[in-house]
Amino acid sequence: MPTLSRWFVRSALVCLIAALLLAVLMQWPAASAAAPWLRVVWPTYLHLLVVGWLTQLIFGVAYWLFPRYSAASPRGSERLGWASLLLLNLGLALRIVGEPWAAMGGETMPLLLGSATAQLLGGWAFVANTWPRVRQR
Amino acid sequence: MPRLSVLMIRTALLHLAAGFAVGALLLAARELPLDPSVLRLRGAHAHLLLLGWTAQLAMGVAFWILPRFRAGPERGREWPAWLAYLLLNGGVLLSAAAGDGPGAGPLLGRCAEGLAALAFAGHAWPRIKPFG
Repeated sequence: MPTLSRWFVRSALVCLIAALLLAVLMQWPAASAAAPWLRVVWPTYLHLLVVGWLTQLIFGVAYWLFPRYSAASPRGSERLGWASLLLLNLGLALRIVGEPWAAMGGETMPLLLGSATAQLLGGWAFVANTWPRVRQR
Repeated sequence: MPRLSVLMIRTALLHLAAGFAVGALLLAARELPLDPSVLRLRGAHAHLLLLGWTAQLAMGVAFWILPRFRAGPERGREWPAWLAYLLLNGGVLLSAAAGDGPGAGPLLGRCAEGLAALAFAGHAWPRIKPFG
C-alpha cells in the first residue's frame, strides 16, 4: 500500500473514532450540560463520518487500487494526492473547531470560510488526479 | 475496466466535485450575506454526495470486480446495470433540482433512485458467488 494511501486510511480511522466519541458525548446528559456547544455539533459529527471516514477511506483505497496512470507515474500526480489529503483534513479540523466556537458566540468567519475552501479544493484535487486513471483497458 | 464502470466512476467523480461545491457554498452561507435560498440546497448536497458519489462509485467498482461467469457473457446480464446508471443519475439530478419539499419532482426523483437500486441488485445478485 503506498504511503499516501496509508495516511488516508489512518486519517479515516481517526475521524471514525472522533465521530463516535463525539456521538457518545452528544448523547451523555452530564457532558452536554457541562458543554452546551455539544448540542449544536450534529453537522460536525455527520461530516466527520461522511467526509472524514467514508470519503477519505474511498480516496485512500482508490489511490492505491485504481488502474495505473503510466509506468512513470502509476498513481498520477503525487503532489495532487498529498494536496488532497492535507486540504481535506485541514478543512475538517477547521470545521471541528469552528462549529462549537460559533455556538459559543466566537468570531468564526476565517475558520468556516477556510474550512469550506480547503475541503472544496481537497475534493477537487482528488477528482483531478483520479479522472485520468478511470479508463477502459 | 469495463465501459459502464468508467462511466459510473467518472459520473460519481463529477457528483463529488459538484456536491463539495454545494457544501462549500452552504458552509460559506453561514458567514457571508448570501441569498437565503442557498440553504434550500441542503437536500441537493446530500443527494449528490450520498447517492451520486458514494452509491454510484460502489456500483461502478462492483460492476468491475464482482466475480465473472465462465460460460456466456462474463458479467451476465448487463442491461439492468445500464438501467441502474440511467435511473440513479436521473433520480439524483431530479431530486437535487426539485429540492426536499412536497411535489411530483422529489417523489419521481426518489422513485428513480429506488428503482436504480433494484435494477443494480438484479444485475449483481447472480455475481455474488465464489470466483470461477
